[in-house]
Amino acid sequence: MTAAPFIRVENLRKVFKVGGKPFIAVQDVSLEISEGELVSIVGPSGCGKSTILSILASLLEADEGKVDIGNSASPFTPGRDIGMVFQKALLLKWRTILDNVLLPAEILGLPRREAVDRARDLIRMVGLEKFSDAYPQQLSGGMQQRAAIARALVHDPKLILMDEPFGALDALTRERMNLELLRIWRESRKTILFVTHGIQEAVFLGSQVAVMTAGPARMAAQFKIDLPEPRTIDVKTTEKFGAYTREIYQLLGLR
Amino acid sequence: MAGYKGYAYAVGAHIGFLLIWHFAVVWSGLPSYIMPTPLEAFSTIFVDSYNWGTHLWVTTVEIFGGYFLAVIVGVALAVLFIWLPGVNAAVTPLLVTLNMIPKVAMAPLFIIWFSYGIVPNAIIAFTICFFPIVLTTYRGLLEVDPDLLNLVRSLKANRWQIFVKIQLPGSLPYLFSGMKVAAILAVAGAIVGEFIASDRGLGNFLLIQQNALNTGAMVMALILITLIGMALYGFVLLLEWVFVTRKELAR
Repeated sequence: MTAAPFIRVENLRKVFKVGGKPFIAVQDVSLEISEGELVSIVGPSGCGKSTILSILASLLEADEGKVDIGNSASPFTPGRDIGMVFQKALLLKWRTILDNVLLPAEILGLPRREAVDRARDLIRMVGLEKFSDAYPQQLSGGMQQRAAIARALVHDPKLILMDEPFGALDALTRERMNLELLRIWRESRKTILFVTHGIQEAVFLGSQVAVMTAGPARMAAQFKIDLPEPRTIDVKTTEKFGAYTREIYQLLGLR
Repeated sequence: MAGYKGYAYAVGAHIGFLLIWHFAVVWSGLPSYIMPTPLEAFSTIFVDSYNWGTHLWVTTVEIFGGYFLAVIVGVALAVLFIWLPGVNAAVTPLLVTLNMIPKVAMAPLFIIWFSYGIVPNAIIAFTICFFPIVLTTYRGLLEVDPDLLNLVRSLKANRWQIFVKIQLPGSLPYLFSGMKVAAILAVAGAIVGEFIASDRGLGNFLLIQQNALNTGAMVMALILITLIGMALYGFVLLLEWVFVTRKELAR
């Protein structure tokens, strides 16, 4: 495949004013992502990972650098082609799971009947078919996050931005959700940007990993993760997996 | 069912209260112009010359009228505040200052402006329950997770969509807590207004019967005032149940 990259980020820089003083949220960030890739961005708190996602979602504007999403084969419409998942599921507690999943379709004014069909399919895909008429507070944290993933997919966006989506889950649920996410990614063929501070998680999920460092916030490295697909939990105990995580520990100055 | 048992306790406590009241009066030998028994008080409801219907109606209209006007104006103002931060910055400090004025102390002015009758007392009820409604609703409308706003903004949601789909339903628990506080205040406001100046209503009736030492009728008037308050409070609870609790309790 020699298709043009789906996302090109060049020398991104964003500076906030904090108490009158400039604070560099991100600098020197360059990324190239092909359509259908799952790219992990890993780094400590305050390294500007979330800022990058906000810029990609056009919630923030970059001060310098270029951001370009979409190519001739797959054009990108801002506001239409973005799905977001955050650390908190952020489900509306007065809406059922089905109605929560439908929220983006309602905002975009998509035809109701088709949206409901699609929402039901997605709810089945994330394994919540028994709960589509339940309210969020009846679900566990992991189940709520599955609903949030279904919501991010309901309007069939081309790019899914995930900001530490499993950060609030317990360790075992998190492992399970990693496997779920890989399955959902393979079935939906979406381009996914996955921000995390879990090094193992970043390597396990990503076909590419971007490593960010804090103070000053910048991108330290970006490399392909060449592990067998489809990934299974056994991958985690291989020598190659260990080598990747060691490299990231090194880049983050922990080793 | 635990629910029925709860009701049984509540009903039992009310009946127990009436029994204690009754026997306390009987055994202490207090004259009925000091403290009537519950039955003596209830029996005054059959005295036609007391015009219960008129008084009850006037006070009910004052309370409900002032109250729902406060809900409408209060919610509208809270919405204006979140849409126009400039208005909020200017008006909120002014509201805090105005809220310091004891509302019942304005009653003599209201009488000059609106004359006797239902209107000035409804306005006292309005002014007294307006503030908690504005403040709680405004707070509730602001109480939206910033990431949730990011999520809908990434979909280019407009202000109206954000309001209708997220802010307004999210603010309802706050609105109802304000409405419950305000329901109690509205009753007090209307009655005090009637004390100060009125020719009808249960508050006015209380003062007139006090002059005649018709204690039984006074106690009955108090009971009716309480019932109006309970009807208003119950109505708010019902709305809260339909719009909030029913969904949050689904487990």
